Amino acid sequence: MTAPTTAPTTTPAALAETDPRDTRTMDLLRFATAGSVDDGKSTLIGRLLHDSKAVFADQLESVERTSADRGEDTNLALLTDGLRAEREQGITIDVAYRYFATPRRKFIIADTPGHIQYTRNMVTGASTADLAIILVDARKGMLEQSRRHAFLATLLNVPHLVVAVNKMDLVDYDQDTYQKIVDDFSAFAAKLKAGDLTFIPVSALNGDNVVEPSPNTPWYRGPSLLHHLEHVHIASDRNLIDVRFPVQYVIRPQATDDPELHDYRGYAGQVAGGVLKTGDEVVHLPSGLTTTITHIDGPNGPVPEAHPPMSVTLRLADEIDISRGDMIARPNNRPKSVQDVEAMVCWMTPDQALTPRSKVLLKHTTQTAKAMVKELHYRLDVNTLHRDEEATALELNEIGRVGLRVAAPLFADEYTRNRLTGGFILIDEATDRTIGAGMIVSAG
Amino acid sequence: MTQSDYLLSQLDLLEAESIQIIREIAAEFEKPVLLFSGGKDSIVLLRLAQKAFAPAALPFPVMHVDTGHNFPEVIEFRDRTVEEFGVRLVVASVQDSIDAGRVQEETGRRASRNRLQTVTLLDAIEEHAFDAAFGGARRDEEKARAKERVVSFRDDFGQWDPKNQRPELWNLFNTRIKKGEHVRVFPLSNWTELDIWDYIRREELELPPIYFAHQRAVFERDGMLLADLPYANRGDDEPPFEATVRYRTVGDASCTGAVESSATSLDEVIDEIAATRITERGQTRADDRSSEAAMEDRKKEGYF
Repeated sequence: MTAPTTAPTTTPAALAETDPRDTRTMDLLRFATAGSVDDGKSTLIGRLLHDSKAVFADQLESVERTSADRGEDTNLALLTDGLRAEREQGITIDVAYRYFATPRRKFIIADTPGHIQYTRNMVTGASTADLAIILVDARKGMLEQSRRHAFLATLLNVPHLVVAVNKMDLVDYDQDTYQKIVDDFSAFAAKLKAGDLTFIPVSALNGDNVVEPSPNTPWYRGPSLLHHLEHVHIASDRNLIDVRFPVQYVIRPQATDDPELHDYRGYAGQVAGGVLKTGDEVVHLPSGLTTTITHIDGPNGPVPEAHPPMSVTLRLADEIDISRGDMIARPNNRPKSVQDVEAMVCWMTPDQALTPRSKVLLKHTTQTAKAMVKELHYRLDVNTLHRDEEATALELNEIGRVGLRVAAPLFADEYTRNRLTGGFILIDEATDRTIGAGMIVSAG
Repeated sequence: MTQSDYLLSQLDLLEAESIQIIREIAAEFEKPVLLFSGGKDSIVLLRLAQKAFAPAALPFPVMHVDTGHNFPEVIEFRDRTVEEFGVRLVVASVQDSIDAGRVQEETGRRASRNRLQTVTLLDAIEEHAFDAAFGGARRDEEKARAKERVVSFRDDFGQWDPKNQRPELWNLFNTRIKKGEHVRVFPLSNWTELDIWDYIRREELELPPIYFAHQRAVFERDGMLLADLPYANRGDDEPPFEATVRYRTVGDASCTGAVESSATSLDEVIDEIAATRITERGQTRADDRSSEAAMEDRKKEGYF
């Protein structure tokens, strides 16, 4: 439970001038927040939502009413707790998605609970995130959980990390306290090979450096958290080099009166990597046959080129037998075709454990195949990064390096190269549950 | 060319994501259906589905769960739209469920058929053997919805178990179910109310006229303006009056409130919505006001 807080009352002028029609030209940033029970995560999100006017009067009233019933001051944490059990138990069960926008960007927050038993949720929330905010309590410094959050964000290849050193008000905005956390965290992040790392001293409760730069931290020259979220450069995070187009659906118009459509055969899918252009020579996998893109049909008609994450339909010069699960790439830049996969796997079910010889279904891009666990190389302690090579199983919320044998070839890349062609989920054939997620370390 | 040339606007990103979801479901399920109310979200959903399979026709029908408590303008719009899009319409009628004794009409002034729809919906899904039902729900609408998956599993009884949801990573959806089970699919999960309106403007989508300011006989109940239609059960102490109103959502006419407005054009409506300080459901849905967890409870039973 976060400490009771009062709702912020000021709205910065910059946010008040939002012209709704500007949303047309905005881009979108997805970020995940990780933090534990007491580090003020809900307060921080509450403040971002409130100060960007994403909290409505009736929502605030409802929070005020519930807080009053409990004899508390207005608790902004209640804004993010959606389910009855969460409100009753004062815990966050699941990933919750929140939305807000400023004139520059639309934001999707995947708010993930930070307790150790919810590694599953953080992995889920981080899988699509452009950026992760990790909260550290300035009084407590870097804790085991901070390491866990940084490790998971890096494992999921989140391109940008922000360490929000919170509760600066409770350490008198002391620069040395802040600097110690920066140094500790940086040292740990170097071991992880974490990507872009930014530190911001904040007080979520008082709003210091959340939306506006704070006069209480004159020694800090960087941007406020919101300013950073609005300006962080995400364009180059996408893989625009390796053309990867998993075929999702074959479009063949039936019984049409339009003779032009009789021969229409389009391969629909979402671009997972690279830039496709009409006239490009492409290779079809698994056949290995090459052909040329004649048309790219976008949602609003023909387009000259397509890039991630556009959903388009390709038309090709030659008739090749192409179906769902196949891959289109470039002749001189193909994904690996593999049946033996080495991956970091996060186990997500309490019902059973992952053990050698476990049989599962593996869904990767648009393909689902049977797979068997060949080997558990080690279980990783997500707090210490210690590798336990004696481990014989992965239980719920545990992560390990696993070797898998897949019944049909996957067209895959290493996860660090491409999240969409390097990630997969594991499904239990008996219960149909999603029981794990994997990041390919090496293919082949 | 620089990389910044390869950025998409937020509407293009949302559109691409929704189309990916719709295609995935069409590829992996045998008998999907798209739930179509004639409201703004379902018209956006229908347009996205059309784009997902163009130039081929939609590979599934649309279904309207008809409470019988309709705005006539919406039914007229529904029929015209279905014809324009060239899709097959299935109507599941709450009145039929009542006549067949499957559900009992609520009594009293606040009687509504909203909750009864769940039975009609589940019966229709079973009768037609639909295994996936697309809905236009968004996560920004309501806090129970903020926690629901894009592909949301329903057991043999159509129930949602919020504590036992399938994790969704990247753009990979677990679509495996057993006979008798189904999924609800929400391609608009990440859209906000304003995104929907911006998209309607961009795509020049037609809407039922009740979304724009018009003169109507209304009465006030629980701080909401309800249309003075026969099934609203207006009491003698609830005098009707003429007002200029528009609707922000389209639902069962007996529990969907109007807002006072003079916005007659799309731009004016969008300006009002961008400036409003009250949520869509909080302002216009009596059904969500009954308790803190009203939506959560209805969803568990199998509601939209």
